[in-house]
Amino acid sequence: MKVLVCISNVPDTTTKITFTNNNTQFNTAGVQFILNPYDEIALARAIELCEGGKGTVTVINVGEASTEPTIRKALAIGADDAVRINIAPSDSYTVASQIAEYAKDKGFDIILTGRESIDYNGAQVAAMVGELLNIPSVSIIKKLDFDGTTATLDREIEGGKEVISLPTPFIASCAEGVAEPKIPNMRGIMSARTKPLAVVEPVAATALTSISSFETPAPRSAVKMVSADEVAKLVDMLHTEARVI
Amino acid sequence: MSSHQNTEDQIHRSQKKDLYESPDYYLLDELLTEEHKLVRSTVREWVKKEVSPVIEDFAQRAEFPKHLLPGLAEIGAFGPTIPQEYGGAGLDYISYGIIMQEIERGDSGIRSTASVQGSLVMYPIFAFGSEEQKQKYLPKLATGEMMGCFGLTEPDFGSNPAGMVSNFKDAGDDVILNGAKMWISNSPFADIAVVWAKNEEGIVHGLIVERGMEGFSTPETHGKWSLRASATGELVFDNVKVPKANILPGVKGMKGPLSCLNQARYGIAWGALGAAMDCYDTALRYSKERVQFGRPIGGFQLQQKKLAEMITEITKGQLVVWRLGTLKNENRATPEQISMAKRNSVETALNIAREARQMLGGMGITGEFPIMRHMMNLESVVTYEGTHDVHLLITGMDVTGLNAFK
Repeated sequence: MKVLVCISNVPDTTTKITFTNNNTQFNTAGVQFILNPYDEIALARAIELCEGGKGTVTVINVGEASTEPTIRKALAIGADDAVRINIAPSDSYTVASQIAEYAKDKGFDIILTGRESIDYNGAQVAAMVGELLNIPSVSIIKKLDFDGTTATLDREIEGGKEVISLPTPFIASCAEGVAEPKIPNMRGIMSARTKPLAVVEPVAATALTSISSFETPAPRSAVKMVSADEVAKLVDMLHTEARVI
Repeated sequence: MSSHQNTEDQIHRSQKKDLYESPDYYLLDELLTEEHKLVRSTVREWVKKEVSPVIEDFAQRAEFPKHLLPGLAEIGAFGPTIPQEYGGAGLDYISYGIIMQEIERGDSGIRSTASVQGSLVMYPIFAFGSEEQKQKYLPKLATGEMMGCFGLTEPDFGSNPAGMVSNFKDAGDDVILNGAKMWISNSPFADIAVVWAKNEEGIVHGLIVERGMEGFSTPETHGKWSLRASATGELVFDNVKVPKANILPGVKGMKGPLSCLNQARYGIAWGALGAAMDCYDTALRYSKERVQFGRPIGGFQLQQKKLAEMITEITKGQLVVWRLGTLKNENRATPEQISMAKRNSVETALNIAREARQMLGGMGITGEFPIMRHMMNLESVVTYEGTHDVHLLITGMDVTGLNAFK
């Protein structure tokens, strides 16, 4: 079995977000980048499925050379090899078309992504790759089992659960529940040093969207204190000002 | 083999988020490789997830969080510099230092457990053991399936270990071991002990003593105000029959235990700075949030003086241990250089812990913050593996050529 896991290099969750270039570009100065947490879930499940010689896990990242520490981390966690498509990931379509182009003749049985990347939260790449490769795509799965021929995927739906079974090949985007993210270990870090990381030049692809500008949310307003003996006033404020009750 | 599980009802997880970020005032990260940084983020992530939420509770109850042992083994904290063929990771000494620093950032007691297993148990077996001993013990010690402790200090011989009275006598295929060791980290739960004792000629040798050998017991030391989340005890040998095959063949004399201490002291030099950085990070964050007289206390000159001195000392300490690590990688770090770094890091950490404690006022004495726990832990760290004063005299002897010990 061959599994491909698509990974993104995203700002750490505690990053203070600022913009440059007239608010059209994210300011990466001083920002710590990490492996997208949802992709870590996908990667952990891929490694579990392939454990004991049942298959190999390849990770793919669309990004410039600065993403390589994140790719090495994925190798340290347990991926067998890695591919980096050497182009800045300008929008979901750019990323999806590069992944699809790479994957189309490699015979991957299962392709996994995180449910979304935590930077732009587009949640589109999995569906686009599925469309471009003409294979089924299933979004936001909570569970993934595979018996060697058929995969069983759980999805949360309004008021219940949907269980999907399908043959390979397919692509799915993974959410919490699919697996516990794995922390690499020292031996993994040492072996990541010698695992193959292929750099592939991109195919021509036009971004379908462009960013006109970014805005940060308005700062939080001040806390209003209500004295403990004025419950009625608190209820009134929650009703008329905050409008939560 | 040890039982490494606490039942779930013995583990109380705090909901407080560990926001720690390490200071890097002189951009020393640029001196590290990508691998070093990955080692650091790995251990930090593990500590934030597994150690920070539970450590205060275990320390308050003076209990060792033994459920952490499989995790410590899994990330590779036991013997990371030991070659892969014996179960280690074959990492360099900067990586080893970083691992110790990140673990001690969480708690000195947990770092002590890792130091003992790697530097004081796995290292002597690797450096001085027979091939059979290496095959038998090292892989199991690396996975934590087997835990070890190190017996050198005796009730009457601390700073003067060469005076030890523990001894063994020839008895055919075995030797008969007698004596007692004290202040032994990990002893209450260890499966094996690397013990240093004198033969009939008075020459020091290392022996691997296994739990279950008749006459060998490990009473626990209670009532500590320091390293409360670490298990400390004695090793008592009452006519213990130890097979000669358990004697480390590769070393005799004090060089054996002292070379182990060199490894461990090197780790402490990095580790204690981890505790210092945690105290600084906590105090810095608190100083920006705590408002008195209408503004954050970080804006007052006396608090700034404390913070400025802390970051200055941390930065100096970071440079010292990084340079020491590069020397150690080249096998050029002298025991005297390691003494200086151990002493400096622990002193820095103790001073910073005390100043940081004051900055937090009353909150500083509670378990809501890690500072007081670090401060109390460091009282052990400043004492074990060569006291603060002994390391000073080692430097003094090195620069003058004159021995002030006797």
